[in-house]
Amino acid sequence: MLQSSEKPLKRTKIKNMTLGFYPGCSLKGSSREYSESVLTVAKAFNLELEEINDWNCCGSTAAHNLNRELSLALPARILSLAEKQGLKEIVVPCAACYSRLTVTKHELSKNPELNNAVIAANNLDYKGTVDVLNIIQMLNKYIMPNLEGRIVKPFEHKVACYYGCYLVRPHEILQFDREEDPQSMDEIMLKAGATPIDWAFKTECCGAGLSVSRTNSVGRLSGKIIRDAKDRGAEVMVVACPMCHSNLDMRRDAINSFLGEKVDIPVLYVTQALGLAAGLDRKALGLNRHFVNVTV
Amino acid sequence: MSKIGVFVCHCGENISATVDCAKVAEAASKYDGVTFSVDYKYMCSDPGQSIIKNAITEKGLTGVVVASCSPRMHEPTFRKACAEAGLNPYMCEMANLREHCSWVHEKGEATTEKAIDLVRILVEKVKYNQSLDAIKVPVTKKALVIGGGIAGIQASLDIANAGHKVILIEKDPSIGGHMSQLSETFPTLDCSQCILTPRMVEVAQHPNITLYTYAELESLDGFIGNFKAKIRKKSKSIDEKLCTGCGLCTTKCPAKKIPSEFNEGLGNRTAIYVPFPQAVPNKPVIDRIHCTYYTKGKCRICEKVCPTQAIRFDQEDQIVEAEIGAIVLATGFTVKQTDFFPEYGYGKYPDIITGLQFERLASASGPTLGEIRRPSDGKIPEKIVFVACAGSRDQAKGIPYCSKICCMYIAKHAMLYQHKVHGGKSYVFYMDIRAGGKMYEEFVRRAIEDDGVNYIRGRISRIYEKNGKLIVNGADTLLGAMPVEIEADMVVLATAGVANDGAEELAQKLHVSYDSYHFFAEAHPKLKPVETNTAGIFLAGACQAPRDIPESVSMASGAAAKVAGLFSQDELTREPLIAVVNRQAAPVYSSCVGCFLCVSACPYQAIEKEEIKNRAGELIKSVAKVNPGLCQGCGTCVAFCRTKSIDIQGYTHEQMYSEVVALLNEY
Repeated sequence: MLQSSEKPLKRTKIKNMTLGFYPGCSLKGSSREYSESVLTVAKAFNLELEEINDWNCCGSTAAHNLNRELSLALPARILSLAEKQGLKEIVVPCAACYSRLTVTKHELSKNPELNNAVIAANNLDYKGTVDVLNIIQMLNKYIMPNLEGRIVKPFEHKVACYYGCYLVRPHEILQFDREEDPQSMDEIMLKAGATPIDWAFKTECCGAGLSVSRTNSVGRLSGKIIRDAKDRGAEVMVVACPMCHSNLDMRRDAINSFLGEKVDIPVLYVTQALGLAAGLDRKALGLNRHFVNVTV
Repeated sequence: MSKIGVFVCHCGENISATVDCAKVAEAASKYDGVTFSVDYKYMCSDPGQSIIKNAITEKGLTGVVVASCSPRMHEPTFRKACAEAGLNPYMCEMANLREHCSWVHEKGEATTEKAIDLVRILVEKVKYNQSLDAIKVPVTKKALVIGGGIAGIQASLDIANAGHKVILIEKDPSIGGHMSQLSETFPTLDCSQCILTPRMVEVAQHPNITLYTYAELESLDGFIGNFKAKIRKKSKSIDEKLCTGCGLCTTKCPAKKIPSEFNEGLGNRTAIYVPFPQAVPNKPVIDRIHCTYYTKGKCRICEKVCPTQAIRFDQEDQIVEAEIGAIVLATGFTVKQTDFFPEYGYGKYPDIITGLQFERLASASGPTLGEIRRPSDGKIPEKIVFVACAGSRDQAKGIPYCSKICCMYIAKHAMLYQHKVHGGKSYVFYMDIRAGGKMYEEFVRRAIEDDGVNYIRGRISRIYEKNGKLIVNGADTLLGAMPVEIEADMVVLATAGVANDGAEELAQKLHVSYDSYHFFAEAHPKLKPVETNTAGIFLAGACQAPRDIPESVSMASGAAAKVAGLFSQDELTREPLIAVVNRQAAPVYSSCVGCFLCVSACPYQAIEKEEIKNRAGELIKSVAKVNPGLCQGCGTCVAFCRTKSIDIQGYTHEQMYSEVVALLNEY
């Protein structure tokens, strides 16, 4: 397997560490199982997650299509709340939220004029001191170093790690993993006992927000992803983004009608797969909430 | 009392559009010592120069200030004009009103004020100018050519045929360069090696050419006409005089699995090897990194089989010193490898190859003996995709320039494929077809119309492997960006042509400038394309920018003509703008106290000790002395001198102070 081009995060063994937690809208709604599995895994490894008080929407795709300042002000407010709460690091499991918060931090630090304008117009107390972690970075920094002896039920399946777009792009800003053919999730799954497959659709588009307006397009785009994974023998899809998950899982009917066959490969969040390997409770990991039954 | 003439140039509208030139001339006329002041539309023109010459003779001028463009542009012009009118040329100074004022400021009072200031400081400086005489230095009529590709070969032959000695050095075991790797050449499809090898042999046999292969430039000192080069001849581990080139050693060498550089990794070579059958010289070298004896301490099979006992395991690198008058840099280029492309699999698919690798596949001397077979399983590809602009013209890849040769060689590749694989299908994905050149466009049309190559305008977003096929995803932008998916057996990337690794280092060693892509910089993009900014060093071929064969050869002949021109003179004149240590009457002799800090400061070893003795031969004083042949006028010693005993002629302390004082004084 090719090595990840990203510099490895400093791995430290820390007990009872407190980390900020920004769930965003998905983790409170359609992706509750993602939230459940993140919290369950964190708890099992003595990592305390402290939710940011009074958090707001990250702005998502809508804000940065309409108003640049607003699209920066919304994440800036979230980050300033985390600062106020005394947090140094926050984990943002949703890939889209992670992207918006990281991009905001980057843009405001590179552009002092814009920074001042956004702070003044929204009456924020934003300093830019909080580090933003995606779920892979959180796992690599706080969970993986403490994995020894914890894999009680190795996740012995061929898995297709699907990264989607937001986790690794734009690479210039996120500086996370390789933008084409990323490896970080594959490495985690390897340690959980799984066999990650080498496949071609790791970062192809799942259809994203077309889920609502043009479900057929999602069926086609996500269908190609599922087809390649299946052709190469994958038994499980592993994801780290609520949008990817809902398209690959909830839209499986549309996908199957595009493929012309019934494909029932389940789609798990990386935290769910890791939780299963660590012998955590299936219900606590939210495995009962999927559209495609989790049979593994 | 000075009699100074001030000549303010409009430079068409370049200066006069923002500076009130008449006002500058008027202000200058009021300065002490200025006896003549005038403005004119083009001072560099013949009538302009006549104004200066006439003023010198009629008014008896002792100094001239021309307020116009940068001295880099026209200082020689105006100094020559002064000399023709009988004034010492170094009594002429230039105030740079164009680059330093009019081009960088808006029109306005302040801009004119600045122009007036610039003229005033030069008027004050020229009062302290002294007549100087140019320095004459001899020329060593021997050239050094670095790089033995087609450009270096052509330059060496042209200089040698003009009757001058040439040393040609090549870092690889053989000359020939990239051209020797090519199969056929565009736009005539004649065999590359067939037209190149006679030239290679000619180089080896030419009485005026000394060829050092497996050699690199170690260091270079000196200046135009008088360089001193140290050349490192890397150890070949053989005695070249004894070796007959029989090749027995290469057939017996047990280390056989070393990727061949000549075949771009598509074939193997042994540790003792000749890179290709037509190599010049056709004698092997031992690659010590891969040789079993050097890595494990045992083997020496080549030594046992060599019929002339020519193997020398203990041979060391040799440093050759040479006096050189001029240098031609012809170090060529390299291409990006397939691992530069994440979207095409980070180089992990063996059947995605570079254009240079395809040349080896198509070449009769290549690993497949000229049959187009894919590297992974040796199958003949039924569908092949060529991707133009792989890396080139791509801001995101950091290579915004056009690599220039790819459009033509891709057409050639597709054509060769169609000629060799009947019934095969070939596709070329391109951005634009750039086929400027004699018979070039016709050649591309021939590929499209006669040989049925499918040209698709669009880029390739991704290539991945599935079931033994390479799935190529792209768009046809002439059909409204319609997605195109091709299941190909092999993909050829026309990867960007880039500067060699180490080009930057070599440029620094030679003190020549290079551009942001590490290609060597020409002195002027249009009018001095083969010169560098360092006098006596010239450029040929693709070390300056991507170049095809005809261009490389033309450049090489151009550089050779420049060298021959230089060598047509027995001595060169140099600007006398060098350091001098002052001398005074006895009993002081010089304000130099003999601390010799300057000796250690001088980067050119141009300062030596001089002993001043009385008539009885007793030492009175040791002082520093500058060797005018070596001094480059950099001024480091001036800054180091604690007693201000050293001056740069033309930039003396007096001249500099007077400029500063002129700025401080209100007029």
